Amino acid sequence: MEPAQKNDPELHKTPLWALHVSLGARMVPFAGYDMPVQYDGMGVLKEHIHTRTAAGLFDVSHMGQAVLSAENADPARALEKIVPGDIAGLKPGQMRYTLLLNDDGGIIDDLMVTRWDGNTLFLVVNAACKDKDFAYIRKAIGGETKLEYLADRALLALQGPKAEDVLKVFFPAVTDMVFMTAIKAEYKGHECFVSRSGYTGEDGFEISVPENFAEDFAKELLAQEGVKAIGLGARDSLRLEAGLCLYGHDLDDETTPVEAALKWTVPKRRREEGGFAGAEKILKQFKEGTSRLRVGIKPEGRAPIRENTELFAEDGAKVGVITSGGFGPTFDAPVAMGYVDAAHAKAGTKLHALLRGTKRPCEVAAMPFVPQSYKK
Amino acid sequence: MTKVLFSDDHEYVKIEDGIGTVGITDYAQKALGDVVYVELPKVGDSVEKGGQAGVVESVKSASEIYSPVTGEIVEINEALTDDPALVNSDPQGAAWFYKIKIANDDELGSLKDEGAYNDYIAGL
Repeated sequence: MEPAQKNDPELHKTPLWALHVSLGARMVPFAGYDMPVQYDGMGVLKEHIHTRTAAGLFDVSHMGQAVLSAENADPARALEKIVPGDIAGLKPGQMRYTLLLNDDGGIIDDLMVTRWDGNTLFLVVNAACKDKDFAYIRKAIGGETKLEYLADRALLALQGPKAEDVLKVFFPAVTDMVFMTAIKAEYKGHECFVSRSGYTGEDGFEISVPENFAEDFAKELLAQEGVKAIGLGARDSLRLEAGLCLYGHDLDDETTPVEAALKWTVPKRRREEGGFAGAEKILKQFKEGTSRLRVGIKPEGRAPIRENTELFAEDGAKVGVITSGGFGPTFDAPVAMGYVDAAHAKAGTKLHALLRGTKRPCEVAAMPFVPQSYKK
Repeated sequence: MTKVLFSDDHEYVKIEDGIGTVGITDYAQKALGDVVYVELPKVGDSVEKGGQAGVVESVKSASEIYSPVTGEIVEINEALTDDPALVNSDPQGAAWFYKIKIANDDELGSLKDEGAYNDYIAGL
């Protein structure tokens, strides 16, 4: 058992830290921040189910928000040198999930890119990666772009089937938004960035607000019917059921988009034109395949199979490893993902995991484990 | 007479007529969160004090159960296999893990009584 939570002065606090504590959150260190893992009277299971059936409010202020701009030019062309997505083709108010790549095609981070206008992009990167990412972006394309870290903004996520009904009270325009679009909107005189996106597989929104307005805004959201605060524990089980990757676990700088089963993040134009970091290796993998692939893994029975558990083929050969695993409260069974040799990557392939010295049957499974319900 | 003792790892053992009933404390279930899976030892297994005698898994993590006493497993609580959430709702009652024939009464001296255990968790 872990010791009781102490106030660690080494950890950063988000603008909602005091609110989490007042709501009875159990705080844990995550990516250098003191973050809520679950709340009193709820817990991971209830928080997970609540998000899939009503609306969950997440504090994701630890993530890195930044603006990438260029004078009299489109910063998308520069950014496309280090990401494989179609950024230049984004219209104002459209956003895209993409990957920051190194010269070997390895994934430095996964991120969201939103176009505000012809000269401005808005980036959201992972908390643990933000210093590394911003340094890399500045080094790679700093001559032709300007990167401004928005350290004074908080980021909230409101996720679940009731998210739109709740948020339209604050921002009526959200009813016209579809998945992966964003608007700038004012509430009580504060400039907010509202996107229809998230990390749960549910319909929902992420809302960037000035840090000095974050607590008031979060309290107003929590006062709405059907909204509850949700911690990082449920955030992880929700994204895992949705088949979404967690950087540092399912993705890292020695894994390419093809290996990560994220070929869809490299659209036709980028495959034809190349010209992004690691393109030679990645485009070769498009043609020839890779030796390993990210897949879903469905354990038989009730025992969760967790990160670093090794996977074996029926003949006993080691063929892979779990990179994320746990229990899926909505799926009502254990769920996992991991990397396996390409010959064993087909859905339905029978494998076994070696769990505490015991062979546990499992099967390569299509993801997501729970259907996504985005507003298209 | 029944006596209840506690380990520093947050297992309890209720002792009656040389048989110990072992589970995890309320403090432990709160720290673990929602329990989704319990792995129990087998009847007939011999376990050492401090040795692994099972696993309890929450949505987020797996924690080992260490036997507070040495002995032979004489009964396991199959109800936990079907309803692991019992560990959260009634940890020190219906959600016992196993019963063990206590091999060495001398070991009991190193365990805490309820008052000492409550003082111990208050300091964590």
